[in-house]
Order: sequence, then C-alpha cells, then structure tokens
Amino acid sequence: MSEPTAFPAASTALPASMTEPTPSQTVGPFFAFGLPFDGGGDVVPPGTPGAISVHGTVRDGAGAPIPDALLEFWQTGPDGRLPSRAGSFHRDGRSFTGFARVPTDRAGDYAIRTLRPAAPAGSGDAPHLAVTVFARGLLHHLFTRVYFPNAESDDVARANAADPLLASLDEDRRATLLAVPDGSATGPGYRFDVRLQGPGETVFLDLIPGSAE
Amino acid sequence: MSPSPADPPAREATEQDRIVSEIRTAAGLPPLRGGHPDRAYGPYRSTALRAPSQPLVVTPPSLPERFAPVFGVADVGKLDHDLTRQHVGDPLGERIVVTGRVRDGEGRPVRNQLVEVWQANASGRYRHEGDQHPAPLDPNFSGGGRCLTDDDGRYRFVTIKPGAYPWRNHTNAWRPAHIHFSVFGTAFTQRVVTQMYFPGDPLFGLDPIFSSVTDEKAQQRLIARYDHDTTVEEWALGYQWDIVLDGPAATPEDPDEQ
Ligand SMILES: [Fe+3]
Repeated sequence: MSEPTAFPAASTALPASMTEPTPSQTVGPFFAFGLPFDGGGDVVPPGTPGAISVHGTVRDGAGAPIPDALLEFWQTGPDGRLPSRAGSFHRDGRSFTGFARVPTDRAGDYAIRTLRPAAPAGSGDAPHLAVTVFARGLLHHLFTRVYFPNAESDDVARANAADPLLASLDEDRRATLLAVPDGSATGPGYRFDVRLQGPGETVFLDLIPGSAE
Repeated sequence: MSPSPADPPAREATEQDRIVSEIRTAAGLPPLRGGHPDRAYGPYRSTALRAPSQPLVVTPPSLPERFAPVFGVADVGKLDHDLTRQHVGDPLGERIVVTGRVRDGEGRPVRNQLVEVWQANASGRYRHEGDQHPAPLDPNFSGGGRCLTDDDGRYRFVTIKPGAYPWRNHTNAWRPAHIHFSVFGTAFTQRVVTQMYFPGDPLFGLDPIFSSVTDEKAQQRLIARYDHDTTVEEWALGYQWDIVLDGPAATPEDPDEQ
C-alpha cells in the first residue's frame, strides 16, 4: 500500500492576522431588530427605591435630533462596585445589572432608569456613568461619561473637582459632561444631551490606559 | 466607420465616479491607530454632521471602562445563533455557517462574551420600517442573532447569505453583502461594532463604508474567508472570520476593585 497523500488544507486564503484589531464599521440605520432588547433601559426594575432617570436627546452638527443612534451605559452601583454576576441583558425584575442599551426614538430621545452610581472604589474618579454612542454616520463609536451636577451637594462638587478628566477640561467643555437635574413625576431625573458636533459638542474620550497616570 | 475600441463613447462622470475618486484620494492617507476609519470620512456623506469636530480627549479608563458587562446563559436563547430556525419555514437563500474566534490584542481568546449579528435577507432587504428597498421580505427570516463565545473564544452562527442592497449615499450606491457584528470583550474599551464582508465582492471599491478603512491590510481583516472544512456536506457553505478586539483586556490590579 502506498503512503497516503498529504493534501493542503482546502481553504483558499491565509488566516487573518491574530493581533491586529478588526476595524470598526458604522452600526448603520437598521440595528433595531438586532441590538435593542426588552427592558434595555431598565438597569433597575420600575418602582425600585432610589431609582433615577437619565434621559436626553442626541443631536447632530446642525442641532437636528438623531433618530437612529444607540447608547450603552455601564456603571458602578451605589456601593461603588461593578456588578460581576453574569446576565447583563437579563431583566429578572429585581437586580441591578449596571448595563443599559437604548436606541433613540424618532425625536432623538432616549431614557434609562438606574441607580445613582457611587465613586468607583479605589479610584479618584467622581461618580459617573460610562457611555458608548453608536449611530448611522458614525464609523467608530464614541465614548463619553455622565457626571452629576456640582450644585447637588458639597460631596459631589468635591468629587467632581478632584476628578482627573473633569479637572483637565475648561468650563464650557466640562459642562457637556454634567447631567442637569430634571425631575419628573416618576422620581428624580437628569437630562444628559449628546451633541455629536458643533456648538456645545460633547466631550468624547480616547481611553488610553496609563495615559495620565 | 465604427468607433475604435481605443476611443470609447464619451460618458459623463456619475456621482459614483466622484465617490470613487474621493475614495482613491483618501486611500493615500496614513491609517489611524488600529486601522479604524476616520470618523470624518467624506465619501460616506452621513459623517458630515455626525463626526465630532473637536479632538477626542485622552484620558485613562475609569473602573467601569476597564471592565465589561458580564454575559451568561440567561442572556442568550438556545436557538439564538441559528437565524434559519426562528420561524416555521426555512428562509430563502444560500444557507451558510459563519464562525471564528474572538481574541484580544495579545491573541488570547475572549471567552463567554456576547456576539450579536444582524443582516439583510437574501434579497438585500432588512426587516425594518426604514428599509425602502423594493425587494421582498422573507416571512421566514428576521435577521438577528446572538451567541456566547466558548472556551476557545469561538462563535458560530447559521444563517443565509445576505444580499447586496441600495442606499441613498449617492446615486446608484449599493452596499456589498455584509453581516453586522457587535462584540463585547472583557473591558468596555474593547467594545466593537463592525461589519463582516464576503470574499471577492465587486462592490468593495465602490463602497464608502468598506473603503472608510483606508489601509488595505486592515480592509482584509473585514473579509471572511471561504473555508471548505467549515462547509457542511449537502447543507451549508462555511466561512471563517476571526475578530481581534482593540485595547487591553481587563486587568484587575486589586481584587477589591471588582
Ligand atoms: Fe447593513
């Protein structure tokens, strides 16, 4: 019997590079049936004591509302820690998941219900929500943060003053990261508008580890 | 006298010609870090009012930004990875298996993290009120799927090959066939939303979204490869597409921080 012949693998190309990043592409206009999920804005269930609403409008460079943006939020809880239990999409009617995902509506508006974050344990950062913004026309998502207003309490003002990011910005730009108290019938609320471009453009972040440490 | 082949009939420049010429001009620019597209990429017209005009503010990631949401079996249904089994009947189109590994920038597998996909049907139509392309919807195809990566960082979807579709960027603009992907790593900073393309698509050079990745090697990283070993006999063609996340993995320095 003859030796079996070795055939090359039947693939037509070499494997992609193993370490170079996969480039970003826009989320496009049609993510609605792929990404949003039921209760995506409910970081805590309705009726949770101490729940706050964070809501706002996403606008473009001409000030027009963007009806096809998608926002994700990720944050510490009132104990300054991140939830570590699996199930960030799962809404069990009880738990604080720390994660929200909401599309904007036809008016460019979004809203989430969550708990007020505490300052992340072991850091000099003021309490904030981490935010990712996706939209048609955005080829690469944008990072930003929601901080709470100085006027709320001396503690907040002190924490914000010590926050390395807020401290690095001039007053006009810093203001784009500060939520504006805007209570509603359902409880305390904060308005956080996102302006992608132009007057009042939101501060967006390039998150580089060790960049200012 | 018939026209000589060296002397083709004059043709007026189309809007597509102008887009291609802009694409070629931009292709000479140096790639951005990681090969990602410049948000202010002119040939993709919707960037004009949506790309920030201020430079990004460089800052170290905060605690939430250094870790990612945690996903588990509660987040994903058993059949969520199979887009051909979400309805009573089979969807129309060419059945395919799309699989690959998710790794971080150091080549390590990203385990138990969420991969989501959405796509047009075989006719190039999305199940979305905003999609006005006069191609048929398929009652047996919704076009959205989810799965968790396994211990090797591998994901796997069963679906149908999406069709190309027209869009309004410019006159006679068509998107190459693609599947949208959304991937989480172990850090919020590793988040990526992108699109997977099919090899040899004739629309690549005409498409400003694909071409917004101006570095040719980075472009290749968006294209799946046909893999006959993944192809399933008498059932589905196989494609392999690996995903590499940008930015470092979560590195807990202090166990208290988690
Ligand atoms: Fe698409």
